[in-house]
Amino acid sequence: MDIFLQQIVNGLVQGSIYALVALGYTMVYGIMGLINFAHGEVVMIGTLVTITVAGSLIKAGMPVALAALAGLSVSLLLCMALGWGLERIAYRPLRNAPRLTPLITAIGMSIVLQNLAMMIWGRNYLTFPALLPKVNFELAGAHFTFIQVVIVLLSGATMAGLLGLIYRTKLGMAMRATAQNPAVASLMGVNINRVIAAAFVIGSALGALAGVMVGTYYEIAHYQMGFMLGLKAFTAAVLGGIGNLAGAMLGGVLLGIIEALGAGYIGDLTGGFLGSHYQDIFAFIVLIVVLMFKPSGLFGEKTGDRA
Amino acid sequence: MNKWLSPRSAFGITLIVVALLGLPFVAAMGGQAWVRILDFAILYVFLALGLNIVVGFAGLLDLGYIAFYAVGAYAWALLASPHFGLHLPIWVILPIGAGLACIAGVLLGSPTLKLRGDYLAIVTLGFGEIVRIFMNNLNAPVNITNGPQGITLIDPVAFGGFKFSGTTQVFGYALTGPMKYYYLLVALAILVIIINLRLQHSRIGRAWQAIREDEIAAKAVGINTRNIKLLAFAMGASFGGIAGGVFAAMQGFVSPESFSLMESIMILAMVVLGGMGHIPGVILGAVLLSILPEALRYGVGPAQMALFGKQLVDPESLRMLVFGLALVLVMRFKPAGLWPSPERKRELGEKRMEVAK
Amino acid sequence: MSANVPTTLLEAKAVAKHFGGVKALRDVSLTIRRGEIYGLIGPNGAGKTTFFNCMTGLYVPDGGGFVFDGVPLVADAPHQAAERGIARTFQNIRLFGNMTALENVMVGRHVRTRAGVLGAMLNNAATRAEEAAIRQRAMDLLHYVRIEDRADDLAKNLSYGDQRRLEIARALASEPKLLCLDEPAAGMNATETAELRELIEGIRRDGTTILLIEHDVKLVMGLCDRVAVLDYGALVIEDVPAVVQKDQRVIEAYLGA
Ligand SMILES: Nc1ncnc2c1ncn2[C@@H]1O[C@H](COP(=O)(O)OP(=O)(O)OP(=O)(O)O)[C@@H](O)[C@H]1O
Ligand SMILES: [Mg+2]
Repeated sequence: MDIFLQQIVNGLVQGSIYALVALGYTMVYGIMGLINFAHGEVVMIGTLVTITVAGSLIKAGMPVALAALAGLSVSLLLCMALGWGLERIAYRPLRNAPRLTPLITAIGMSIVLQNLAMMIWGRNYLTFPALLPKVNFELAGAHFTFIQVVIVLLSGATMAGLLGLIYRTKLGMAMRATAQNPAVASLMGVNINRVIAAAFVIGSALGALAGVMVGTYYEIAHYQMGFMLGLKAFTAAVLGGIGNLAGAMLGGVLLGIIEALGAGYIGDLTGGFLGSHYQDIFAFIVLIVVLMFKPSGLFGEKTGDRA
Repeated sequence: MNKWLSPRSAFGITLIVVALLGLPFVAAMGGQAWVRILDFAILYVFLALGLNIVVGFAGLLDLGYIAFYAVGAYAWALLASPHFGLHLPIWVILPIGAGLACIAGVLLGSPTLKLRGDYLAIVTLGFGEIVRIFMNNLNAPVNITNGPQGITLIDPVAFGGFKFSGTTQVFGYALTGPMKYYYLLVALAILVIIINLRLQHSRIGRAWQAIREDEIAAKAVGINTRNIKLLAFAMGASFGGIAGGVFAAMQGFVSPESFSLMESIMILAMVVLGGMGHIPGVILGAVLLSILPEALRYGVGPAQMALFGKQLVDPESLRMLVFGLALVLVMRFKPAGLWPSPERKRELGEKRMEVAK
Repeated sequence: MSANVPTTLLEAKAVAKHFGGVKALRDVSLTIRRGEIYGLIGPNGAGKTTFFNCMTGLYVPDGGGFVFDGVPLVADAPHQAAERGIARTFQNIRLFGNMTALENVMVGRHVRTRAGVLGAMLNNAATRAEEAAIRQRAMDLLHYVRIEDRADDLAKNLSYGDQRRLEIARALASEPKLLCLDEPAAGMNATETAELRELIEGIRRDGTTILLIEHDVKLVMGLCDRVAVLDYGALVIEDVPAVVQKDQRVIEAYLGA
């Protein structure tokens, strides 16, 4: 029972992070049908920038809280600029290109960003500065840290904010309209370019935030970290039904929990045949099984082809 | 095909044949490493044309193609190495490898091919990762794949007593292992080119194109879209399996590292960057993308030395950076690929709007 | 008289289909006889296209079903419907735009031909012969609908009227027993409509039963042997044109719409 609860807590934390990253994928996909492969790299850059900024500020004697805030802000702004730039420079010229063209561009950008990061930050694992105090709690047999609580609450609040933005503001309405039908939306006076740019900027901001969380949580970062994280987050987005914001959130959390439980129990389940190093396959197996039965993801709308 | 070749095309073909035959000797002047690079270029041509059936012809976005290559490679590695003490002949292993890859393709494809294009992409991607992770970890409790260390001392390709590894004297020429593999690979590549060409202009090829153009209309004219897609998927997988077997034999060594997602992506990039669905384009894409990183490997370091007198940045990452940029730039200025088919060029500008709809 | 009783080709039995709250078809039952031209009319949104989609297997009906040529049609299997002998065109033309007109019709031969992957790879005599036959047949059909001179043009570059003709040729390529046309005259001028009418009559003369959805009442009444009227998804009447034309409910349905 203890393990169970503990793994749920761990899964919830990891899942919140997946959810934040998944939102970036799902917003861009929902609006322009593009798998933005480079999104994971934006998250990675967000993490590494925070290390540099917050780390050096702390070294320079700035109070940790202030340094953390500064690091987060710089990273957010930089990633938003990066997301905006990616769209503007790499994807926008390809709006009318064949379907796979922007996908290859995204892959190319992902390679570029990764290697750029390697040139700047090097090949080695970097230690993330301790931005939050290490306090432990215990509840009903499960241990959790202050950091975990902050991650879950902060991502919850951020996602609530995002939903507010999408459903309560004019920009949000424009985004939803564009996702429904770009041609009609633009006839109704929606500025498609602005909407797409907004999706990238907002998604990147969420990604940067997730990156800082990952760094704080695992206290370590690396130029290749964006890859697997991005992959899992994208899986989460598809699991929830890509294009669907709530789906991405729930898909992320669900994926985190399934992975944690899977890792905790796989040994028992297979009589010791498979160990916890199979953790990474859960995401994909769950995805394949879910899509077999619900081809549009858990919460995706059925896109019945109109004949 | 029925007509006799015109003198001009006969001359062209002769030229190509001579060039293909002579190429490894030219490459060998730069060292056997270059012959090996050439071998891989041809192997990638083979792989890319296999994937072209799936992506280019049937329009199915497969991001896990390398998994089938892995299945073929491990099939060969396990059936022809000291690992299990088996040393089966090529006539047995290659069909087994292709068959296993084909079965894997059908198993993955049959429940998932009804999925929307991009969902299929992520599912195949996940499948590729699953295969890789299993190969990485199936060394305990029973040692099947030997885990991350991989399998060594794999038998080379051999027909009877003729081995493709080591140097042999043929008509007074010394043929090294890589050179012999080169000719084998060229033969395989020509075979797959012919198959691609014939498929493209066949009843099945038309059905694939119809599905790509309008799946609903394709259904309405009586095409069993699920089976026809599955066919493409299974065929692509089989070719992947064959390529994997040759790869294992050629290297003498396999490990899970060779079957990362990045490899799948590379092969897809070859297909798209060259000109999806257009056979000459795909060949061009495969050759360019397999040689470019190697050429950069040799070019980037010295270029930095010449320009700045020292290594400013790690040449390995600079090389990948240039490679990534090349992908982006080609797509920016040649959105339909470097050498698209005439029809593809005209398609430009329509497909995307449909996605957005 | 009894010697000449026309046999039933298609029978729809209480076919129902709804989309969320919209009842697109409410227990529609009708019978199409062999050799006739059967008209299906009704105001916009009456459910005509939905009826087509259910019949050709693109939609799965929520109730009821079809018996075609004496055997029930399998729901959810469009390729089987085509195989059984039902071919159709689409209201908003659906051609394979980047294939040539000839290739479009060649694709239409799919269900009546066999060559598989192995045949294609070996390119043996049987495959080559079949391929030649497909091409010849497709060419003949282009000729039949009088667009043979556009054979090598991409379908999307054809004029609107020619696209409609091409779609009919593609449908005919599968040698259907029942040809279903969804508003073939939409957007055509008077001359084109007259030519289309000739074409449809010719197809019937050559032995194919025709189900025609059409808004052009004059065309339907002049061309069809019998007509069914749908309104709000329900069948209002099924009878010969002369009777349908005078029916009070039909007049109301159209005026009310
Ligand atoms: N795929 C679908 N999803 C949701 N609603 C649909 C779908 N297809 C049809 N409908 C609805 O079902 C009703 C009947 O539509 P249908 O297209 O069959 O009408 P129709 O008689 O062909 O009209 P028209 O003359 O305009 O072509 C309409 O209200 C339509 O909006
Ligand atoms: Mg209609």
